[in-house]
Amino acid sequence: MNPPLDASTQAINGIVRNNWGRLLASLIGTLRDFQLAEDSLQDALESALDHWRRSGLPRSPAGWLLQTARRKAIDRIRRHRNFERKAAEYAALIEMEQENPEPPEEQTIPDERLRLIFTCCHPALEEKTRIALTLRTLGGLTTREIARAFLDREDAMAQRLVRAKQKIADAGIPYEIPGAAALPERTASVLGVLYLIFNEGYASTSGDTQIRRSLCDEAIRLTQILYDLRRGEPEIMGLLALMLLHDSRRDARSNASGNLVPLEDQNRALWHADKIASGIQLIEKALGLGAPGPFQIQAAISAVHAEAASIRETRWQEIVGLYDELLRIQPNPVVRLNRAVALSFAGAADAAFAELDRLKSDLAGYQPYHAAMADCLRRAGHLPEAVSSYETAIGLSTNPAERAFLTSRLSAIAN
Amino acid sequence: MKYLALIYAAPNAGPAHGTPEFGEFMGGYMAATQRYKADNVLIAGEGLKATSTATTVRVRNGKTETMDGPFAETKETLGGFYLLDCANLDEAIKYAAMIPSAKFGCVEIRPVMEY
Repeated sequence: MNPPLDASTQAINGIVRNNWGRLLASLIGTLRDFQLAEDSLQDALESALDHWRRSGLPRSPAGWLLQTARRKAIDRIRRHRNFERKAAEYAALIEMEQENPEPPEEQTIPDERLRLIFTCCHPALEEKTRIALTLRTLGGLTTREIARAFLDREDAMAQRLVRAKQKIADAGIPYEIPGAAALPERTASVLGVLYLIFNEGYASTSGDTQIRRSLCDEAIRLTQILYDLRRGEPEIMGLLALMLLHDSRRDARSNASGNLVPLEDQNRALWHADKIASGIQLIEKALGLGAPGPFQIQAAISAVHAEAASIRETRWQEIVGLYDELLRIQPNPVVRLNRAVALSFAGAADAAFAELDRLKSDLAGYQPYHAAMADCLRRAGHLPEAVSSYETAIGLSTNPAERAFLTSRLSAIAN
Repeated sequence: MKYLALIYAAPNAGPAHGTPEFGEFMGGYMAATQRYKADNVLIAGEGLKATSTATTVRVRNGKTETMDGPFAETKETLGGFYLLDCANLDEAIKYAAMIPSAKFGCVEIRPVMEY
């Protein structure tokens, strides 16, 4: 006898959320229609809430949902005005139903999420749309949740998702893993979307803490899925390691009043040792494959921080070296800025200031430049100059938590 | 699906007529067209004369109004097109990227409406 299964609304929603991406991927594969697949799965979810609460969970909940969604799709196609045009799809579905009267076993449902993620992150879609579509279709977040995460109106987000599905259908964006020639670039696009989802949760300090945390968790979960589906891809491993290492500091990054705590002031006892261990193991494995990329190098930098007992005991020289390597791949002023900060911690203050001066014209309107300059000046004891840089940084800041942090730094040196 | 690849470039952006680069550029167009034919995706493809030869026509209240010049005055102008029959957008992107003008101008890909 199986133990009685929990069929509360919460448990059912959990099952649906965990299986959403996989079921939707399979349905899109059969139906070749994003909107129809999503609507049918939503119908199946409503049936599940109704049936399972009354008669308990079926043996294979995912299989039950898939079969019900297919039946709902048949109903929807039958009701559709353009039935003639959908007749071929309909015939295939009916056949599938007749051959398999029982719901499929969970392990027999093929995993087509890789095709789904490449389609959702297609560069022919606008970047924000890629993020929203990935969260909706793979992550199973509701439109309302996504809208709240981006501080958008729900109807605007819904519109964006509808337009995206229309473009996929009308422009013929394929539902497949790209061929070898396009694969590296398209994988980079997928990784970029996952990192943006993570950063939306990690770096933004506006909005609900709960939502921001769930975005980080979701990004890690999706990257983990991608990693499981394409084992041995060093940049995927690098991104997963980077997210785990950043996320290990989530409890140390803000204080009780919600203010930002910089790396140097964080209580390292609050860092999550398990996430650090997984992150370091992954990045070491990735770098061992001998194909370094931007995510791997950033993860390696984060790993050096994770291994250090304090800001003083950090191997800054090694971090400078890693930034040199990152600059070779991504020669841009922001990487140079980060390298200059590492130089200042590595005891090369003169070299750091020289580089900061060279970056001035490129980054004059970039708030983090002035914040970094202010911090380097403060640590070097050039307090009057630091005050002026803090003031510039505060003037450019659009983020209340960041502004509060800079203001507290400024008042600390002004006293 | 049919896709129209619209080729846009600034009039003087490409290699100058008579230079070796121009020969290479035209060779690139011939190679692209050959490839489209070989892969059986080419429906049509033409280059257009300069926008200084363009005439824009409107019919208003039954009256034909004719104007000198292109519909829109833009820095990058429509210089030619290919009509390609591709399996999907990825294939259309792959073929569009073979168009030599994409190196200094751009190619807009539009799916053709099906009735």
